[in-house]
Amino acid sequence: MSSNADFRLRSHPILPIEDRPTVSFRFNGEPLQAFEGEVISSALFARGIRVFGHHASDDAPQGMFCANGQCSQCLVVADGVPVKGCMVPVREGMDIRSCEGIPELALSESLPEFTDIRTLNVPVLIVGGGPSGLTAAAELGALGIRTLLIDDKFELGGKLTLQTHSFFGSRGDCYAGTRGIDIATILADEVAGHESVEVWLGATAVGIYHDKKIGVMRGDEYTLVEPEVIIVAAGAREKGLAFPGCDLPGVYGAGAFQTLVNRDRIRASDKLFIVGGGNVGLIAAYHALQAGIEVVGLVEALPAVGGYKVHQDKIKRLGVPVWTSHTVVRAEGGETVERVTIAAVDEKFNPIPGTHRTFEIDTLLIAVGLSPVNELLIKARDYGIKAFAAGDSQEIAEASAAIFSGRIVGREVARELGHDVEIPDEWRTTAEVLRSKPGETLPVESVEPEGESFPIFRCSQEIPCNPCIEVCPLKHIEIPDGSIMGLPEYVGDDCIKCGKCVLVCPGLAVAIVIKDDPEKKKASIMLPWELPLGDLQEGSMVETVDDDGNEVGQGAIKKIKLGKYADRRYLITVEVPFEHRMKVAGFRPHPVAEPCAVDEGEAQDGDPVVCRCSRVRKSGIVGEIRAGVRDMNQLKASVRSGMGACGGNTCTELILRIFREEGVDPSEVTLPSERPLETEVPLSAFAGVKNRKKK
Amino acid sequence: MAYDVVVIGAGSVGNPAGMFLAQRGMKVLVIDEHAAPGQGQNKAAIGGVRATHSDPAKIMFGLRSLEHFSSFHDTYGLDIGWKKGGYCFPAFDDKIEGVLKGLLGTQHQYGLDIDWHGPETIREAVPGINEHNLRGGTFSPGDGQVSPLMYADACWKVALNNGAHYRFNETVTGITVQSGRVTKVTTNRGEYPTAAVLNAAGAGASRVGALTSLDIPVQPDSHEAGISAPIRPFLDPLVVDLRPGPEGKTANFYFGQNNEGQIIFCYTPKELFVGENTESTSEFLPVISRRLIDLIPAFQHLLVRRVWRGLYPMTPDGVPVVDRVEEIEGMYLGVGMCGQGFMIGPGVAECLANLIVEGEPTIPPDVFAELSFQRDFYAAKAEALK
Repeated sequence: MSSNADFRLRSHPILPIEDRPTVSFRFNGEPLQAFEGEVISSALFARGIRVFGHHASDDAPQGMFCANGQCSQCLVVADGVPVKGCMVPVREGMDIRSCEGIPELALSESLPEFTDIRTLNVPVLIVGGGPSGLTAAAELGALGIRTLLIDDKFELGGKLTLQTHSFFGSRGDCYAGTRGIDIATILADEVAGHESVEVWLGATAVGIYHDKKIGVMRGDEYTLVEPEVIIVAAGAREKGLAFPGCDLPGVYGAGAFQTLVNRDRIRASDKLFIVGGGNVGLIAAYHALQAGIEVVGLVEALPAVGGYKVHQDKIKRLGVPVWTSHTVVRAEGGETVERVTIAAVDEKFNPIPGTHRTFEIDTLLIAVGLSPVNELLIKARDYGIKAFAAGDSQEIAEASAAIFSGRIVGREVARELGHDVEIPDEWRTTAEVLRSKPGETLPVESVEPEGESFPIFRCSQEIPCNPCIEVCPLKHIEIPDGSIMGLPEYVGDDCIKCGKCVLVCPGLAVAIVIKDDPEKKKASIMLPWELPLGDLQEGSMVETVDDDGNEVGQGAIKKIKLGKYADRRYLITVEVPFEHRMKVAGFRPHPVAEPCAVDEGEAQDGDPVVCRCSRVRKSGIVGEIRAGVRDMNQLKASVRSGMGACGGNTCTELILRIFREEGVDPSEVTLPSERPLETEVPLSAFAGVKNRKKK
Repeated sequence: MAYDVVVIGAGSVGNPAGMFLAQRGMKVLVIDEHAAPGQGQNKAAIGGVRATHSDPAKIMFGLRSLEHFSSFHDTYGLDIGWKKGGYCFPAFDDKIEGVLKGLLGTQHQYGLDIDWHGPETIREAVPGINEHNLRGGTFSPGDGQVSPLMYADACWKVALNNGAHYRFNETVTGITVQSGRVTKVTTNRGEYPTAAVLNAAGAGASRVGALTSLDIPVQPDSHEAGISAPIRPFLDPLVVDLRPGPEGKTANFYFGQNNEGQIIFCYTPKELFVGENTESTSEFLPVISRRLIDLIPAFQHLLVRRVWRGLYPMTPDGVPVVDRVEEIEGMYLGVGMCGQGFMIGPGVAECLANLIVEGEPTIPPDVFAELSFQRDFYAAKAEALK
């Protein structure tokens, strides 16, 4: 793509777009600009550069994959040194080259000066400054316990910093109704208020050793940390999916996408497709829409999405097709992904012939689940370090659960260290509730409430959430059984149309119906809106839709209001025919056409890449399994899977799945042995070489 | 089913022994407590394979192993990561120069292609080397590197093709001796009647010996190693720097670039870590990084990918035991490889196979006698090149 291309977001309904100082750099000789402090990969994406190099073994194009420092797909050569593009900020004058094949070692170096590696003793080390790490740190800080909190990013909050949507749960326990990005700030501020907590940003735990020390890279500096207790709050990693073309640049995880768009404000795609209907995939679709990115569709292999129904409804109302019982069959393209083919699946998840459809896209997100990042935890326990897990490292759940459970872990650790602090029983009950998977979807009664105005709750699935009952000034919203898992009901007849429930509902599932037309020809519906307004204004005609996104009819915008409780959410009142009053759940500024399938072709047999680092294809692994191999360590030998930069973090689950497909019980399979390092580290760091980046 | 031979251990010695025995028509079973071949200490080897030793038996086994490794791909069509890059021992002081030159006589006598070279040649062989005080060094072009992982897998496949049986995830719990003869091997999962047993149990050799009340003086100590991300090939030989380190931790250190471009590195600790622990320590990287960068400053930019720790099954005199046991008919030993099991393994295994099948070793009797189980393990004998 041309270097004149600009893929930066110019506006965003939720996120501020700030002017930032720039630095100059070169990519393959071409002069370019980046924001100061911006990582290399994002600076390149902002110019439409999505291929960062080519693999040594087969010249396959390499690009962004995890955007999280875990893999090495984004390797580039910066000032002669191979670095991960997603982790290293661009510096003024940097000469960046694409990594073509194996990088060369610049032999002209002179002998540097060495310094000793410091060992730091701390009572508590927390690895990960996401929701649970922060609340654990806050609890420890409140007790004055000396704690070191490290996070590999340059901002606290973990994945919260990428979440532009409002959170579920209850307001008191986990800031429900507040946007993830704002919760990150609240929690980081709380931690900053405690003197006994030291925070290291840009700091990665790279290895844990038998002598009970943890190697931490902070910038260029390597330190050995020797804690009495370690809390692993390192979050989750995204599961992969092996299908033909899955290795093309442009096919990557939802987390990477959110990093590009919501952290670095890059319009990473124009035409996006999503695989996976869990909350991660559904939310990624919503985030894309907020950034003005077209979402061509979303597939989910199961008969229903696994994420919250309200998240699904939100994107369906905005016109995103959600195909359940469908899977991705292949991705195709030249240097980057250009097409995706999907198909319906039978009950064994095999594609059904004749149901294939191909769409033109430029980005394919894989959001098929998360697995805990807990390698440090397991090793710490093996080595006899007192180790606790919090958040997703403990159990995959919503961030709201992580926020709350981190507090419990913080206090458990305090008790372990001899502090007399109570952990109320109700905390554990709340933590349990917040961890709940979505419950049943119940039929919603369509009895029209009394009164001229009333709220409608399109909240039919039991999820832990209750801000609506807390904000109603008349206290006329109730959850009958009192549990936050229950469904809200309107119990009044005198709604004052304040709109607070519409504005607070994290699921955007509340509408207020106003029947103020004496002739009963029209009704007004008060709806939430947090996408770019575009050309929407009072008087605009819109297409109204029901809960599932089906067209109901036409509506006219009467009022657009950004009230004081709004938090970047508009309250838009749409006038609709009176008979549509109970049906209209949302609207679309423009009618949305069903995406057009470009090719009805059947999938050819393809041999997907399973291990991306070593470019190992599925057929090779299947051959070994059929030859009797049951030890993943032996696969390292025979096909070289799991030998690369990511340490098998990406392919181990995929290979286990292939074992299962081949009829091998996973209990018969020996997993690869875990060894330091968690991520690749320059040798200079271990020798305490200073100023190695000065040029 | 009755076997001719049960091999205990599918590692550096046992795995090729299984292959050679099967190739010679023996009904052979190889048992290993791990889930796959080479998963004990075998895979912890860094893969340097040399005949450059000071001990005649090791030179001969080394030469034979090199022949085997270098022809493996042509013979069996399987890649084992063979790279013929030689070994280079640079010298920076009189003492090491003297030691290296002093060995050349014996080495030449046993057929080794090795010579002393001046600093220019060493500089060419080791690009980027810190030339401060560089006196020159030895270079032996016939030595090389093999991937221990790939070899273990390939060797197992060849063994299977020749009819060998392997049982993994099985621990030997008993060896039955009747009337002075081996008759049966028992594991936690089965019983295997056999006429012969080869103890090739590496670090566990003395435990296996104890099953028949043999006192096998093998005690493991441990060494740590690491590997980098690949860089474009620039270094042919495996380099051994025999200088002890100024930090007081390293007796010497060595490294090489494997056929995939990765730099593999290791040091010999000045004070040995005795025991069977194979978990990495925090000391290794800070120590080895200084030594590597000090010798090749450009190494500061290497990305370190992984570290590990492996065991050297040591005998008191640092020489392996390759022998039959006099008092138990059918009991053979291929143990105590002292950290060189991988590089001399095929030579040792072939010798044992010959001993089992033909009753004769593959090396001259006087050299073979050095490896005897009956020898005095505590007779003082300093090996110049360990």
